[in-house]
Amino acid sequence: MPHLDAETLARSQFAFTMASHIIFPSFSIGLASYLAVLEALWLLRGAAVYKSAFDYWKKIFAVVFGMGVVSGLVMSYQFGTNWSVFSDKVGPVIGPMMGYEVMSAFFLEAGFLGVMLFGEAKVGRALHFFATLMVAVGTLFSAFWILSVNSWMQTPAGYGINAQGQYIALDWMAVIFNPSFAYRLVHMVLASYLTTAFVVGGVGAFHLLRNSANDAARLMFSMALWMAVIVAPVQIAAGDAHGLNTLQYQPAKIAAMEGDFSTKPHTPLILFGIPDMEAQTTHDKIEIPYLGALILTHSLEGSIQGLKHWPRADQPDATILFFTFRLMVALGFAMLGFGLWGAWLRWRGELHESRALQVAAIIMAPSGFIALLAGWVTTEVGRQPYTVYGLLRTDQSLSPLAAPAIATSLLAFVIVYFLVFGIGIFYLLRLMRRTPGTSETDFDDSGPMRSAGRAAVARLLQPPHISAAE
Amino acid sequence: MTLDLPFIWAGLIAFAVLAYVTLDGFDLGIGILFPFGGNEASRNLMMNSVAPVWDGNETWLVFGGGGLLAVFPLAYAIIMPALYAPLIAMLIGLVLRGVAFEFRWRTRRGRFLWDAAFFAGSLVAALAQGLALGALVQGIKVSGRAYAGGWWDWLTPFSLMTAVALVVGYVLLGATWLNMKTTGEVQDRARRVAMPAGIALLVLIGIISLWTPFLHGYYYHKWLAFPAILYTAPVPLLVALAAYVLVESLAEQRDHLPFLAALALFVLSYIGLSISFYPYIVPGAVTIAAAAAPAKSLAFLLYGAVVLLPVILGYTIWSYWIFGGKLDPEAGYH
Repeated sequence: MPHLDAETLARSQFAFTMASHIIFPSFSIGLASYLAVLEALWLLRGAAVYKSAFDYWKKIFAVVFGMGVVSGLVMSYQFGTNWSVFSDKVGPVIGPMMGYEVMSAFFLEAGFLGVMLFGEAKVGRALHFFATLMVAVGTLFSAFWILSVNSWMQTPAGYGINAQGQYIALDWMAVIFNPSFAYRLVHMVLASYLTTAFVVGGVGAFHLLRNSANDAARLMFSMALWMAVIVAPVQIAAGDAHGLNTLQYQPAKIAAMEGDFSTKPHTPLILFGIPDMEAQTTHDKIEIPYLGALILTHSLEGSIQGLKHWPRADQPDATILFFTFRLMVALGFAMLGFGLWGAWLRWRGELHESRALQVAAIIMAPSGFIALLAGWVTTEVGRQPYTVYGLLRTDQSLSPLAAPAIATSLLAFVIVYFLVFGIGIFYLLRLMRRTPGTSETDFDDSGPMRSAGRAAVARLLQPPHISAAE
Repeated sequence: MTLDLPFIWAGLIAFAVLAYVTLDGFDLGIGILFPFGGNEASRNLMMNSVAPVWDGNETWLVFGGGGLLAVFPLAYAIIMPALYAPLIAMLIGLVLRGVAFEFRWRTRRGRFLWDAAFFAGSLVAALAQGLALGALVQGIKVSGRAYAGGWWDWLTPFSLMTAVALVVGYVLLGATWLNMKTTGEVQDRARRVAMPAGIALLVLIGIISLWTPFLHGYYYHKWLAFPAILYTAPVPLLVALAAYVLVESLAEQRDHLPFLAALALFVLSYIGLSISFYPYIVPGAVTIAAAAAPAKSLAFLLYGAVVLLPVILGYTIWSYWIFGGKLDPEAGYH
């Protein structure tokens, strides 16, 4: 069992609450844009199928967004509760950017979400579309600011240090548009779009398997496959560019991702191996000569610095990075292959006929989430042992908390999150099982109540809420 | 002329926290009243009266927390670990009651679970906020740039009193909100709750107001010593006026006035607290000026706030206006 000191516990807590959080906003970024596109198409073309797809995903969005809001609230306090020294030192730089995120994104999303979900009958079509658009814009503003903060922690720029030892901004433009920001923003927003596309495609495929004539399912499937074939290659190119940027600013992270401990001329690509941090070597390597150099330096003669170049205490954990990075890349290429397969079938006019493609789409439905988490672990664990790369070490960022206090709150978060988000994901899956374009109910557990409590009697007397809404 | 940026920001953060307390106050209050709401149709109506706005209301809490990190990072770094347990409890409570808004419509068999989560989460969040407030007023041990107290410092008779008071206050806000937004049986029930809650809150405000000056000589000099009392006396006098309006308007079965009077009680209590705090942000330990981030950070965020806060207030008011008036029991999107 690893030594459970305050730092390990606080890091576990951040990793756990953040990993639980990140999947929801990523999904809502993609879904909000998708909803805006569907509603725009409905307004422009008038076909009912756009509206039924819109209504279908709107309910799913509401659940996803709700989970994103509450798990995000936890994050905004986590900095202070567990990382108070970090907050004191870095607050003057990252705080105002998060302030901008709240003012330009969170309020916008929350302010218009109510109208988007509840206000259709009250405001008319045009204003309702405006509300949907504002929610989508809000999610993108949010991505802009939080990725700027995250990028600054990876590649800090434009800062100085004051007499109290706090980091301060000397040039806000340099802080916001720090060296890795553009790459990370593009990579993350594309990841959100791909993640959403694969969920939408999987749900469309599921319903096509049941009824290949379902209009809304055909629309979802077709739109998702367009996204896959267009966005997956762009994402791979964006990822490559991001990797080169990382090589320039965080070469140790790249060395760990590649499992390269020693510096070699024309670096080979290690396809597989088991990095061993203790022995400072990668066991059981399967290598392709020159390919590492070609990918990372775009030249056969290139070479990258091995991890041993840095003192042991400054190295990120190659064992984790090597595998999470490979998982992400493998899924990216699987997405590309899937997109090309779909495009080929579309060209032959068989897009909606291939059961194999539909089954593959269902299997691939969660691939975006897995790739996203793998990529996120790669970049964040790769930043270690620093919270602000090269400036502030993780073990010097902690709150003055005793390990039992953090352990208790970690346990509470684990229990509550597994319960709440586990059940939430179950509800999401059940919402996705509804046949699009029909007024099938949202839940199918409405069996007879076993206990005739007050609520059960009331239900017999009152029309259920659901029938009023549908 | 140079602007006093820390002072302006202290005002803005104070405004954000006040906006949070009053806005989320009524929807947390509805969560606390929820199990006592009568039949399922009535309770559906209670929840739907806040469903379109709760998320925006809670955003003020993110703004308060995020804003504190941005402009008073030292205060954030001291207060958060000091109030660790109540804050974690508050967050978990808010998670549970926040998801209930959507989850309870997604199941029939499990609905009672989410109804329970809505109630328990709201109650825990309200209690935790009250405990945090009481602990903050009572004072936090600081050494250097960090919290220096123990893990149970937040739990005192005084903080328990403020916790009870805040719960009762939120119940009053929730009940007067329902009185304003509903008709028939739900409204009748809300009125029956509002009167005792209002009277209990006034008693609790009285106790806390008399207790506070004796926590620190510093508070005593501010509130009770001459001539400071001349400046601070209007606050209790206005509280008495708001109390009168609350009780009268409830007795006359008015729709809007009780909610406005309850809001006034919150605003006045809050002003009273602000008077006690000033010029400290961590009472007795760290002043607003000492906790402030460098001027460059304050100015950078202020540009945005000057432009964006009026826009935010604009569309928030628009959204409330769209969902204004008495609630239609048949409306909903679930």
